[in-house]
Amino acid sequence: MTTADLLLQQVINGLSLGAMYALLALGFTLVYGILELINFSHFNVFMLGSFVGLWTLQAMGISGQSVVLYGLPLVGVLLVAFAVVMLFSGVLGVVIERISLRPLRNVKGPAAMITTIGVSYILFNIILLVVGADSKNFPNPLPAVNFAIGGAVLRLRELLIWAVSLLLMATLYVFVQRSRLGKAMRATAQDAEAARMMGVEVDRVIVTAFFLGSALAGAGGLIFGLYYNFTSFIIGFTAGLRAFTAAVLGGIGNIPGAMVGGVLIGLIEAMGGQFIAVEWTDVIIFSILVLVLVFKPAGLFGTLVPNKS
Amino acid sequence: MSSNGAPSELMLEFKDVDTFYGDLHVLKQVNYTIGRGEIVSLLGGNASGKSTTMKTIMGVVRPARGTVTFDGQQIERLPTAERVRRGIAPVLEARRLFTRMTVFENLEMGAYTRKRGAEFDQDLERVYSLFPRVKERQAQVAGTLSGGEQQMVAIGRALMARPRLICMDEPSMGLSPLFVEQVFGIIQEINRQGTTIFMVEQNANMALSVAHRAYVLQTGQVVLSGTAAELRQNPSIREAYLGEMQVTV
Repeated sequence: MTTADLLLQQVINGLSLGAMYALLALGFTLVYGILELINFSHFNVFMLGSFVGLWTLQAMGISGQSVVLYGLPLVGVLLVAFAVVMLFSGVLGVVIERISLRPLRNVKGPAAMITTIGVSYILFNIILLVVGADSKNFPNPLPAVNFAIGGAVLRLRELLIWAVSLLLMATLYVFVQRSRLGKAMRATAQDAEAARMMGVEVDRVIVTAFFLGSALAGAGGLIFGLYYNFTSFIIGFTAGLRAFTAAVLGGIGNIPGAMVGGVLIGLIEAMGGQFIAVEWTDVIIFSILVLVLVFKPAGLFGTLVPNKS
Repeated sequence: MSSNGAPSELMLEFKDVDTFYGDLHVLKQVNYTIGRGEIVSLLGGNASGKSTTMKTIMGVVRPARGTVTFDGQQIERLPTAERVRRGIAPVLEARRLFTRMTVFENLEMGAYTRKRGAEFDQDLERVYSLFPRVKERQAQVAGTLSGGEQQMVAIGRALMARPRLICMDEPSMGLSPLFVEQVFGIIQEINRQGTTIFMVEQNANMALSVAHRAYVLQTGQVVLSGTAAELRQNPSIREAYLGEMQVTV
């Protein structure tokens, strides 16, 4: 492979990782935009999503790497898997909000954020105890179709990841921009009290943000499994931290910012791994985060707004 | 309206309302009555409880004691959205538009509790005919408008709820004197079209020139009330709030 081919290959890899981080970053940004809360339980909603994806595929008779589907059955299986995972994760997010965060709604200080760390550990340990510490083989029903672009290889699974992520992000964007509830979400993020006085039921908006963000995290978890062919109780931390970095990089609270931030982090990870060293990935990612925050504290797309009084 | 200035048909009534922020006693045994079709002004300095009154009407602050009655029904325990649905809309202090949304989206948010349809289009036409400037700016992001234009959008946004009572918090704040006159002219016009108006205002001179009646609030207590004409003649009002009138009279 020439350097140009390597570069292209890492763009392909980076875009796939980036799509996954972007889906995960959106959940951080949606909730932060409305509650100004960093929701650390999001890390393990993602992890749980990948396990639910694993079990759903197994329930449909697809295990290991041996079952390969084509055409309609493949599309059907993927649709069911994504639907089940997203619904489960979305509901999980809503339950977490209802049980552990709503009672703390009017408590000032870091109580709610610390609670999300607690919830994250609960989910983490439940999976560790139920499933065990070893990583699980993740079934992949996709046929091994490869496209050669110069010296680089584009696999079918990468195309799938791009298509699913683009579709989900475009749907979210249109929902937030055009729908009545989406507009209420934006209004609440800008001035919750004013939105309330327009007749917006703020609790409903919060539930919607948790549902959508968590459903996207679940989709990200399924994508993780399809991409890496494994899942484990531990995957939430690295991916979650990088996605959170992506959200901050793009400007937390800003939806297009989370998408772009995710893709950037994915590309940085792929390029750093290729041209520097895989072990240095986190050093590179977090150094870039520090630099962005020093020189552009609101992130790439964020605007610093005066504190709401 | 009877001779003592009390309205004949009640739209909104506060009866012995007490509110607290934590330990801080803000409104103390406050009573207001606002009749259908009136413009009633609430005067008072900073921290007198004016904004708390607005928030109590809208349900953002709940009274600890006392009742708030709208249209003959007690509303002090109702959620804000239900009050909006029943016909109360706010024009918020310092306008508080959704600054990163377009002017049109701000108007849509005003109509949030209502269905889209013929009535929405009618109300939009009404807002645009009252404020041709708002129509010109409908696709623009609200944060880029001038203060005066933002005030027009804030009033238009309230009208989109098709309210029977509009609560205005300091409509003259931060506006040039010329524009203040224009805004008060529009307030009178909206009132003539049948909407009752309860207006918190620091600019007592202006407020008393358009209001039918007024209350004066001081550290959470109503210290004076009466018709606008009576209050304009009241020596203590003239001293405390109408400083410039004494010069011109």
